[in-house]
Amino acid sequence: MKIQLNGQPREGITTVLDAIAAVTEARRGIAAAVNGEVVPRSEWDRPLADGDAVEVLTATQGG
Amino acid sequence: MEPHLTADAALTIADRTFGSRLILGTGGAANHAQLAEAIKASGTELVTVALRRVDPGASGSILDVIEQCGVGVLPNTAGCFTAEQAVRTARLAREAFDTDWIKLEVIGDEDTLLPDPVELLDAAETLVRDGFTVLPYTSDDPVLARRLEDAGCAAVMPLAAPIGTGLGVRNPHNLALICEHANVPVICDAGIGTASDAALAMELGCSAVLLATAVTRAADPALMAAAMRDAVSAGRAARLAGRIPKRHLAKASSAFEGMAEL
Repeated sequence: MKIQLNGQPREGITTVLDAIAAVTEARRGIAAAVNGEVVPRSEWDRPLADGDAVEVLTATQGG
Repeated sequence: MEPHLTADAALTIADRTFGSRLILGTGGAANHAQLAEAIKASGTELVTVALRRVDPGASGSILDVIEQCGVGVLPNTAGCFTAEQAVRTARLAREAFDTDWIKLEVIGDEDTLLPDPVELLDAAETLVRDGFTVLPYTSDDPVLARRLEDAGCAAVMPLAAPIGTGLGVRNPHNLALICEHANVPVICDAGIGTASDAALAMELGCSAVLLATAVTRAADPALMAAAMRDAVSAGRAARLAGRIPKRHLAKASSAFEGMAEL
């Protein structure tokens, strides 16, 4: 199964939480979206489907 | 004694009150240590952050810096060009930072970074319906400010000048008009270059000032942060004190009565 994680093709990632763990150890201050829709923290164990585009975001400096 | 300063009510936005009338944006700081110093020197109680893809190589989180400084987080939707993008970003920010406060920014083009009024109002309406406390970055158009307030925004944040330009208050008349008519706090956001710009915004009737670049890209960010703290405070005091009317001709402050015949 192939997904896009923060714009990069990735394999072997089956849940939203897997995707988060693949880019950061942090859990606080993190948000995830699948195909543009926010995934609430309570649903991070949600399985991903082939071709899903996952975004894992956090705070950065910004005005 | 500082009667006017001490008599001044705290700034209330939605359900929160703030002792400081300066909101600091964090964009542009050279590093986290410098940012922490600037935050502390500014006396701010609220700082903005943007939401971006996790950088696996990043060392330390800006959230740790903010927590260490003991200030609140105001996420923004910087970089969004459409209402849809901004609404999605706001919903992600709510998940990430556990706050329904959002600095709503929907820009029209990359050169001016001016707000897109149509998309902005659309996003504001959606987010208010969705339970957000919306603080929209807007142009200095009094009509748009009124429409945003009518849409249920908790504050309106007209620009002094385009983001990052440091040009100061380009249209003081419009800013004053917005302040005169608004029933929500008016926060001057963007375009402040130096302390006198921030003081002027407050003198015109703004409830607070939001700035980033003027501090973070100053040669000495902590010193400029302290200057901004004082400028906002002085501008507020001058506003409350009631300035004298401007006159065309001179008016002697020393009486002519009792002058000696020399």
